[in-house]
Amino acid sequence: MTDKTRVCARINGELVEFLCEPYQSLLECLRDVLGLTGAKEGCNDGNCGACAVLLDGRLVNSCLVLGVEIEGCEVLTVEGLADWRGLHPLQQAFVEQDALQCGYCTPGFLIAAKALLEREPDPTEEHIRTWLAGNLCRCTGYDKIVRAVRAAAARLAQQAQEVQR
Amino acid sequence: MTRRQGDKVTMSRYAAGRALIDQYAVVGTRPPRVDAVEKVTGRAVYGPDVSLPGLLYGKVLRSPHAHARIRSIDTSRAEAFSGVYAVVTARDLPGADGEGRMENGEWREAGAGDVQARTMRDYTLASDKVLYAGHPIAAVAASTPHVAEQALGLIDVDYEVLPAVTDVMEAMQGAAPLLHETMKTWSLVGESQAPSNVASSFQYVKGDPEQGLAEADVVVEHEFRTATVHQGYLEPHATTAFWGLDGRLTITTTTQGAFGVRDHLAKLLRLPLSSIRVVPTEVGGAFGGKNASRLDAVAALLSRKAGRPVKIVMTRAEVFLGTEPTGGTVIRVKVGATHAGRITVALAELYYEAGAYPGSFVDAAASAIFAGYDIPHGRVAGYDVVVNKPKTGPYRAPGVTPACFACEQVMDELAERLGLDPFEFRMLNCAREGTRQIGGAVHTSIGAYEVLKAAREHAHYCAPLDGAHQGRGVAFGYWGNWGAQSSSTISVNADGTVALVVGSVDITGTRTSLAMQAAEALGLAFEQVRPAMGDTDSVGYSETSAGSRTTVATGIAVVKAAHDVIAQMCARASLLWAVPVDTVAYQRGVFTTSQDAGKRLTFAELAAQLSHTGGAVTGVGNVDVQEWGVAFGAHIVDVEVDPETGLATILRYTVVQDVGRAIHPTQVEGQLQGGAVQGIGWALYEGYAYDEEGHMLNPTFLDYKLPTALDVPPIETVIVEVPYPGHPYGARGVGEMPIVPPPAAIANAIHRAIGARIRQLPMTPARVLESAAAL
Repeated sequence: MTDKTRVCARINGELVEFLCEPYQSLLECLRDVLGLTGAKEGCNDGNCGACAVLLDGRLVNSCLVLGVEIEGCEVLTVEGLADWRGLHPLQQAFVEQDALQCGYCTPGFLIAAKALLEREPDPTEEHIRTWLAGNLCRCTGYDKIVRAVRAAAARLAQQAQEVQR
Repeated sequence: MTRRQGDKVTMSRYAAGRALIDQYAVVGTRPPRVDAVEKVTGRAVYGPDVSLPGLLYGKVLRSPHAHARIRSIDTSRAEAFSGVYAVVTARDLPGADGEGRMENGEWREAGAGDVQARTMRDYTLASDKVLYAGHPIAAVAASTPHVAEQALGLIDVDYEVLPAVTDVMEAMQGAAPLLHETMKTWSLVGESQAPSNVASSFQYVKGDPEQGLAEADVVVEHEFRTATVHQGYLEPHATTAFWGLDGRLTITTTTQGAFGVRDHLAKLLRLPLSSIRVVPTEVGGAFGGKNASRLDAVAALLSRKAGRPVKIVMTRAEVFLGTEPTGGTVIRVKVGATHAGRITVALAELYYEAGAYPGSFVDAAASAIFAGYDIPHGRVAGYDVVVNKPKTGPYRAPGVTPACFACEQVMDELAERLGLDPFEFRMLNCAREGTRQIGGAVHTSIGAYEVLKAAREHAHYCAPLDGAHQGRGVAFGYWGNWGAQSSSTISVNADGTVALVVGSVDITGTRTSLAMQAAEALGLAFEQVRPAMGDTDSVGYSETSAGSRTTVATGIAVVKAAHDVIAQMCARASLLWAVPVDTVAYQRGVFTTSQDAGKRLTFAELAAQLSHTGGAVTGVGNVDVQEWGVAFGAHIVDVEVDPETGLATILRYTVVQDVGRAIHPTQVEGQLQGGAVQGIGWALYEGYAYDEEGHMLNPTFLDYKLPTALDVPPIETVIVEVPYPGHPYGARGVGEMPIVPPPAAIANAIHRAIGARIRQLPMTPARVLESAAAL
């Protein structure tokens, strides 16, 4: 047994303190230490994207980040997308477009899509497919996911226009 | 209420001889799936997400050798390791002292739990011999997964490594190492004299194949090979067991069938069924790979020894090495036809790898290979062969995709040599109602011709190709679907909503499609039905969710439960109104009586009166469905082959399938799209790579490549509806069929693009270049 390290970070907007072993991944800390099981383990070697989170706004596979590395950082997981007012437009679009079947890859796709739309609010289909190539889905064949991301982009653009008015 | 919007999508619909009318209020609409919000918010609980107070973590020690005798296992160092609570080996399984070994030659029984008790034990935890790299030997429960992992390294196993055989044809040779020293080949004529790796063989014959060959003007014959591939679900297997001092074992696990898990554990652990409760979690993809259960028993033994709940979650490498992929095959096909384009004979030999234990789906493949055609003379022979690889299991239309890859390339070549359009050739010969198959079964109402016709008329098939090295391929396929036992209950709430509990695990969206059928049958809105998956204590026996059976067979159970609810509600109305029950009718959400036109109660109004007319109403629907509708599909694909690298890129892809009736058209499209993309992966990328000693070389998603969003175009879908008369709304199984044609369609497209025929899966760039160079 090693000495655990105290880590302090802001996760989904909330200041969180936890203890972790130096070898524990961020994914393991989220799931087993903090009870945030929305991020999923599909491969544990960065090849499926099911564990995707935003780390200081950057898209990462949380299985490839150590828990101790997030000291002082901000983390967004799928649990932080919706609030009491309702679903995030991406989540709403995934529901409406039936962009999920088993749903296991869905948290990773939602986070990856959010990172995409923050960089490119009006992506082409090709752009979406390229950006999401780091996330595996075995159920849907991707078509409805791509459609959902486009629908969410349109809705976010509409919301932004309404705010401007 | 979301209404049917069928005409907005690429949907053309055919009914056998009559126009289809939108006669349903709920069936055919597209409500959001009931589990969607939980899943997009990260709240849905899958197998690996389960947690209990005092939870320990289990890890499994697996054989590094493909074939070895175990001389000894010493667990003492692991047991003494700090943080370890329990270590188990085969000795902890009931009957470990010589009972229940391989004998009597019976290896397989019908149904999903297909491994007999005597092999179950060694398959769960090997005692004296390991049969594949990944075979479980021991397991540890510890305070953390890391401690458990470290403790595995302290278990000392002394192996005598044996020669391994991983190729199906080599395994059939007399000199091949034997996996099971006493196993003989079972066939209808009895058992073989000598032990063999061929577990069983069979042959179907129709008519006179020699006469069929003599009548043929053109005969095409080839051999095809396919590799072992994995279902590739994203969620690894995970199970949590608690075996209490009261003798009750509770298993919370990701499975396609809770009752199958319970059956298996009862046999293996020798417990009464009532002592075991299996609670299914959300399932993160299964595709046939989560029927069998090996981890559950190991977690149960660890829990009993540790006195605490134990969770085991597989790593991705364990999923590749230690679960049940689908096996490699060698298939020989020979088909003859007349100059006029009529098939006179079809012959096939199917050699299927079963993996370490018997039970490949060669029988399903043999039934399916020529099922789409009306063939006067034929012979199909099948061989189930054990090799030193993981035991194989079902994978979406089990056994049939390799058979279609072989059959449909031969059909394509025949059409080409006869100068016929590939669809025209297939339509000339396609099976119809009344066609006797080579295996003997006679087709009932089917949509084979309608599917081919819709495919041939589709805009994709008529569109020009615009580039060098591009080709268009088609393939036609069949999957037999399934029925079997299903149970459900519907309880009426006081506000007129209802709670639907089904015994079928939802792996594709069936809670939604079943709630829709309940709503339709009850005359309620979809939103008034709340569906839930039951555990094994809360609902009647239901077979595993496999064989594309759930929407169909459990749908019949749900409609039966709805009719039971209506009958009981009618009785309550008759009580309230003091009229004979046979005068009460229920239509469009309203109860009336022929005795008094003034009496009228809506479903909700009557539901509010249940509490003072005898108490709650629960309708029950338990069925064993013995007849069901089969599925046909035709796929069209355009590919472009890079002549320098050999890489085949999919430009356009269309799936046409008869689904009987689309209960939820959006979910049907999702099944067609997802199945096609899995088939594209099987065609172009996926395959287990082995070294000489039988070690898998690519057990990661980096080296075993699944299709990504960038590898596939949007999959177009055409829903053909030839209603199946045995289902209340005409539904046929949908989910498995779409994986069958893709490798064949893509191979045919590559042939049109560059002239070469690729007869081995996966069709990697290297194989494409090699075949092109050989022209």
